[in-house]
Parts: sequence; structure tokens; C-alpha cells
Amino acid sequence: MILDGKCPTGPIEQSWDKYRFDLKLVNPSNKRKYKIIVVGTGLAGASAAATLGELGYNVQAFCYQDSPRRAHSIAAQGGINAAKNYPNDGDSIYRLFYDTIKGGDFRAREADVWRLAQVSNNIIDQCVAQGVPFARDYAGYLDNRSFGGAQVSRTFYARGQTGQQLLLGAYSALSRQIKLGTVQMYARREMLDLVVVDGVARGIIVRNLVTGQMESYAADAVCLCTGGYVNVFYLSTNAMGCSVTAIWKAHKKGAYFANPCYTQIHPTCIPQAGEYQSKLTLMSESLRNDGRVWVPKSKDDVSKNPNQIPEDQRDYYLERKYPSFGNLAPRDISSRAAKEQCDDSRGVGPGGRGVYLDFADSIKRLGEATIRERYGNLFEMYEKITAENGYKTPMRIYPAPHYSMGGLWVDYNLMSNLPGLFILGEANFSVHGANRLGASALMQGLADGYFVIPYTIGGYLASIKPGQITSEHEEFRKCSQDVQSEQEKLVAINGKRTVTDFMRELGTLMWNNCGMARTEAGLKEAIAKLPSIREEFWQNLKVSGSAGELNQQLENAGRTADFLEFAELLCRDALHRNESCGGHFRVEHQYDDGEAKRDDVNYCYAAAWEYKGVGNEPEMHKEPLKFENVHLAVRSYK
Amino acid sequence: MSDHKTMTLKLIVWRQKSADDPGRFETYTARNITEHHSFLEMLDCVNEDLILEGKEPIMFDHDCREGICGTCSQVINGKPHGGQERTTVCQLHMRNFKDGDTIYIEPWRARAFPIIRDLIVDRSALDKIIQAGGYTSCHTGGVADANAILVPKPIAEESMDAAECIGCGACVAGCPNGAAMLFTGAKVSQLALLPQGEVEAAERVKAMTQAMVDCGFGNCSNHYECQAACPKGVDVKFIARLNREFIKAQF
Repeated sequence: MILDGKCPTGPIEQSWDKYRFDLKLVNPSNKRKYKIIVVGTGLAGASAAATLGELGYNVQAFCYQDSPRRAHSIAAQGGINAAKNYPNDGDSIYRLFYDTIKGGDFRAREADVWRLAQVSNNIIDQCVAQGVPFARDYAGYLDNRSFGGAQVSRTFYARGQTGQQLLLGAYSALSRQIKLGTVQMYARREMLDLVVVDGVARGIIVRNLVTGQMESYAADAVCLCTGGYVNVFYLSTNAMGCSVTAIWKAHKKGAYFANPCYTQIHPTCIPQAGEYQSKLTLMSESLRNDGRVWVPKSKDDVSKNPNQIPEDQRDYYLERKYPSFGNLAPRDISSRAAKEQCDDSRGVGPGGRGVYLDFADSIKRLGEATIRERYGNLFEMYEKITAENGYKTPMRIYPAPHYSMGGLWVDYNLMSNLPGLFILGEANFSVHGANRLGASALMQGLADGYFVIPYTIGGYLASIKPGQITSEHEEFRKCSQDVQSEQEKLVAINGKRTVTDFMRELGTLMWNNCGMARTEAGLKEAIAKLPSIREEFWQNLKVSGSAGELNQQLENAGRTADFLEFAELLCRDALHRNESCGGHFRVEHQYDDGEAKRDDVNYCYAAAWEYKGVGNEPEMHKEPLKFENVHLAVRSYK
Repeated sequence: MSDHKTMTLKLIVWRQKSADDPGRFETYTARNITEHHSFLEMLDCVNEDLILEGKEPIMFDHDCREGICGTCSQVINGKPHGGQERTTVCQLHMRNFKDGDTIYIEPWRARAFPIIRDLIVDRSALDKIIQAGGYTSCHTGGVADANAILVPKPIAEESMDAAECIGCGACVAGCPNGAAMLFTGAKVSQLALLPQGEVEAAERVKAMTQAMVDCGFGNCSNHYECQAACPKGVDVKFIARLNREFIKAQF
């Protein structure tokens, strides 16, 4: 089937304004009759719930954390892009649009990206009005910095905690609506199923994580703002609770999953220190401005003190391989190059999974004080985790899974193929194509929540009668029972391996076979192995306690069960996409210099997969991508 | 490069089945712990052993494990977050302990934070304080251009110092009075310092302090334990500003 993204036609500059005008409206006095469920309270969810509540809709918001303020948007460091052109350096909506399309390696929809660029400016205004303490210059104006390869300074920031400050802004707007009674907040609830009646999304089943009881909630529309899925690699920069569960359950109920193989591996993270490790920590990429990346030339030197390895025995491989870009080679290239060195047994540190990031030259040239001034907080964080002094000894870094560009398929309204089901933020597939540029994840989350969904959801709700189905409906009872019995089944297995043990096995397989560099053979091997890991999981898992109580092992078991199913879809998508683009790198398809080699003739489309049962081959639906404002070109950074 | 000697530790951990259960300390042994384990990874290891022995693992709140979400919340050897400067439990590493150490692990203890299970407490009272007024009442859309509001750099910086609060509740756990005045003072100050927040400053401080009282938090008597416990180094000067804003609001 060919999917229709319902994108507006005509001049792109007017596309969103015209579309917005044509959308149907819900009369103010009728809005309170419509119930809207929002799952997840990160940037997308909190901003959506607050805005929809303020408009007068009857909103119910859910999060698995103990407070909506803790969603993982909070961990974003760098900043948020907007086309304000405050520095007068040539930025414009068109330039932000163009950079985002190109950065995504020409695999995103033009109309969606234009809209994102257009509303980016409103986001900054909104956040300032909320009291977000963005960085300022001495005249009191907002400050900007450069980011992620852009040639203009369009990034707004609040120290190294931009995500935290933006989320707390959205959380404060949400708190105001909770106080006003327009939003009911349900914390410590995890969505475990989507209820679909006659093909329309009608509500959700959640587990109350404190009591273990199932709860049913019906609504006229459901918004999933539940983030990304890179914890499928087990070790990632995501929070421990981040999972694919909400969108996977929706996928199993009929929502199409688009481009799952587009995953972003961030090059500068602190490497794994041991088998027991539970997560990886990101360090701002800006360090590569002054640090030189190298590994020893000889395998025999990997355990030596790096300061005693002479200059001519070091391989500054980024400078060697990419002389024009050097240590500032793009993210995907840098990540893959680090992996190659380690695969060649020249990696350093525990497990041989690390490369040096050396500041000795910069310190000699600029002095330690300058380096401290530029990156002091990062050196401090590094020392806290590794107990090593980055000024004296080269830092060790390694790439880590960070973000997922793929997600549930949505049309221009952010509605999935299931009427009534809307997907916002990282959970959808819409604007980043095959690769996300820095400082654009925060922009998308808030654009979707503050400035897109409030309009597009009205267009849908105006076409339906409110309150047609309540949680007394037979389908709710059935879904609730299904979820309950799956929970009990997980507890009853009583085998010999823990959830973490299975997650490690899955993560290792996915990282090795479907991580930074993918091959047909490796993907086929993963697809062949996954069913047996799933089978063992359902026969040999050990979860203590019961289903009817607070049980963190059971929570993790449910998430792991979903990752084990989803992993197969990710691999199948990666296998089918017989080209390299952005974060999806197929070793078979590269230029001589290692750049990703796209195949626009055969793969210029979004692949949206329809679920056909566990272990069965899913059916692919294509949405062709048309480029009318930007010309398809080789993404060169030389 | 460090070697891989391992340590064995004795853990004395608070276990409590539910809010109604009286609770008790239980003793566990953590084995094969390296200096590179984070404190929570050390507990993960203990829990893996407990699960395989068919026992209930120790329940504790955690999420981002990079010191920013504010979920983790344990009193270690009597100190919230373990007493390292500007460090959450998840960022605390085992190199701060030595082989053979005995470690006491307890939940946050405060009247306003009822225990849910083991080391997990209910901190929704902090959300209630924010709901009472921790915002500017701006609408989505319809706001001025961001550069129409000028904020002097030192003011923006001070506001940001206050805004660094991660809402973990360590200040409450550290306070002998179970007060949330550092938490409340940080939010009141962040907004009162900025022109955007000044308009509602009086109403805000009154509503938020009332919510503080209603939720069962105590009051400040200048122990400064909150600042010592705060993993983000939020300064007690924001309590002084809270008091000042409160008094200003009376006139």
C-alpha cells in the first residue's frame, strides 16, 4: 500500500499557515466534552498536556516516573535551535529547514520539516515567557552558540542543562493546568496496552506501578509522547526506564512503525568500564574542538600508559583518514571509525573499547587555564566517573546509542494510521530523516506539543462525537485481562536467568550486528538468533515477587519482552534498506572515503511496517518522499 | 590505569513492605565490587544475587543515572546521597569506600515523604508546591518576542543558579525539621529574579509557602544541612530570598 502523509501542496512558505486555517475548529464550550489522553511527560508530552488543557480539553496525563518533571528530556545538554537570526549571521526559516533536510540525509518529509523550522521561533518566545533562564549577553539579550556543523549560530542554551530547563518550563505549565483542574496527572503508571475499537484508538490500559493493579482509561484521542527505543542496545545514554513498550503495544494493535533502522550513535561518551555497567554517559561533542583522537599504532601498546607512547607510535586515525575534517568529522563517521580501530584490537581501556581524546597539544598551545575555562565541567564529570584526570592523561571515549529517528508512522497531523492515535516527539518518525542534527530534538518535542498538536487534534476531534466509548466497553475488559495474564505469566516462569541477563544478551547481539556498521550477513544472523532468545526468555526468566505489587523486576521484564520482539523489526528494516543513509550504515554501500552511499532511485521512501504477529514477517507500506524545494544531493562534509 | 581488585562490603539496608509495615534493617553482603561500580550498580549486583536466591530484591528509585533527573534518593551512612559534594547517589562511585566497610542505606525520612516500599518514598508533595504557584501564568502562544524582555546577565545567572534544583528532596531529608524551604526558595527565587516572574511574585510566594505547610513540611531554623546535602549546590541564600519575598508579599 502507498501511504499518504496528507502533506499540504503549494508554496512551502505558506503551507502550514494555509493548512492551519483550513483545519476544523472545536467550539470553546464544546472542548471540555472531549477527553484526551497524553502518555509521557517529556518535552512533547508535558507541553502537549499543558497546552491542550489550557485550550479547555479534558486531559489525562500519564508517566512512569514518580513525577512528570523527571522524563529523560531532562538530560539533554547542548541546546535548542531556532531560526531567530539574532546574531545577524544569515539564518532564516529556509536555512534551518534546508540544514535539517540535508542533515537527515534526505529521508524526511519537506512539509513537516518546514513547519518545524517555522514554529522554532515561537518556542523560544514561549520558553522565555515561562521564565526559562537562557544564557544572556551583557546587554541582557539572549546568547547563541554554534552547534553540530551548522554554519550559523542558532542554538539557545542554559549552561549545559538546556533540556532540564526547557522540561521544567513545560512541567511548570503542566503544573499550572493540574492546579486549574484541566489536566489530571497520573504518575507511576506505565502504559501496557492501547485499546482499539473498530479500528479507532479509544484508550489505554496502564499498570499502577505502586499497587500492581491494571487501570483502564477511555478518551476521544490518545497522544503517545513516550520517547525513543535505543535501550534495545541495553547500554545507551537513555534513562533506565526508557523503553519501546508504549509504541510497540500500539504497533501490535495496528499502528505502523516507520524506519526503525534509523538510530543515532553518539561519538563522545564515556566507555564501558565493566560487565556490571548499567548505562553510558554522554560528554558534549564540543570537546573535539580541542582534543585529538588517537589509538596506539601497535596492538602491543594498548595497555601502556598513554603518556609513555611516543608520538610516532600513535595513530591519529581521524586526521589520517579525513584530513580535511580531522577530529571534527561528522558524528556517524567518527563513531564508525572508533569502532574500526577497536575491532582491529587497538582500542584502549577495559575491554579494549575506547579511544583516546588527548588535550596535551591544546594545553601546550593554549594553557591549561583556557581548556579548563572551556570545558571544566566536562573534565570534572569525567573524573567523577573514571577517577582519571583528563588534563594529565588522555580521556577515553567510545560511541554510544543515543537517539532514535525512527518511530511510529504519522501523517502531517501527527496522527498514525489508526484514527485517534497521535504520536509526538522522539516516538514518531517525522522530521529527522535518517540522522538528527544536534540541538534539534528539543526543538521537535516542543514544536509538536506547543504548536502542532493543539491545531491538528482539533481537526480530528471536530469530526467525531465526544464520549462514544467508555472504559466499561467490553474491549477494555478484554485488553486489561490480556495484560494481566501476561504479567502473571512473566512471574510464573520461575526460571534461572534474570531480566538484566537477557537484556545484556539482547543488547550485545544488537550492538554487534545492528549497531554502527551493518552487513547483510550480520543482520540475517541476528534475525535468526532472536527467536531463540525470546523462547528462552519465556521459559527461563526469573522474576521475584508477584504481579499485584510494586515490582521493579516485573516492570523491566515487560519492557524486555517488548524489546525482544521489536529488535527483530529493527533488524528486518535494516536488512531491507539496501543502502546507507545517515545513522543507517550498510558496509556494502559506501564511497571510497567511508561516506554513506544512498540509493535514491530505490529507497527514497519511508518504510512503514505493519505488524503480522510475533516472528512473522511484517508487511511494508511505502510513503514516497518528494523533494520539491531541496535538491537531492550527496551529503558531503568536505 | 587502575587495577581490578574487588571489595566485599556489608550493607545494612532498610526494608519495608508498604507504608503500613513497620520496617526493619536487614544485612546483606556485596561481593566482587570494583572501584568503578557506581553505588547503584553495586546495589544492582546485590539484587541479582537476591533474585537468583529467590529473595525479594531491594527496591529503590532511579532513572537517568547521570545525576540530573532527581529520582535516586538514598540516605547513605546518615547522609542524603552519601555526602560527597555535588553528587547524587547515581554519580557516587565505590572508590569512595573500601574493602570491608559497613554501609547503612535508608530512604529519605520526612513526614511529608511517606515510604512506599524499601528505599522508595512518595515525593508528590514537592509537585504540589509547584502546582500552587511555581510558574508564570503565561498562555501558550501570544507572548512577546524573546528579545523584547531584557535580563541583565548577572540576574540571569543567579536565576539559573536557583533553577539548577533537580527536585530530588535531599534538602528535606537532610533537614532536622523536614523543611522544603531550599526547594521552595529555589523556585520562588528563580522566578522572582526575572521580569517575567516578577508580576506574580507576591501571589506565588504566598501560595507556595501555604502549600509547603499544608503538605506537612517543617520550617527553616538555619542548620544549612539542606545546602550540604544538595547535589546541585543550591545556595541557602535562596531561603533568605524566600523569606524576603514572603515578607514583601504581606504589604
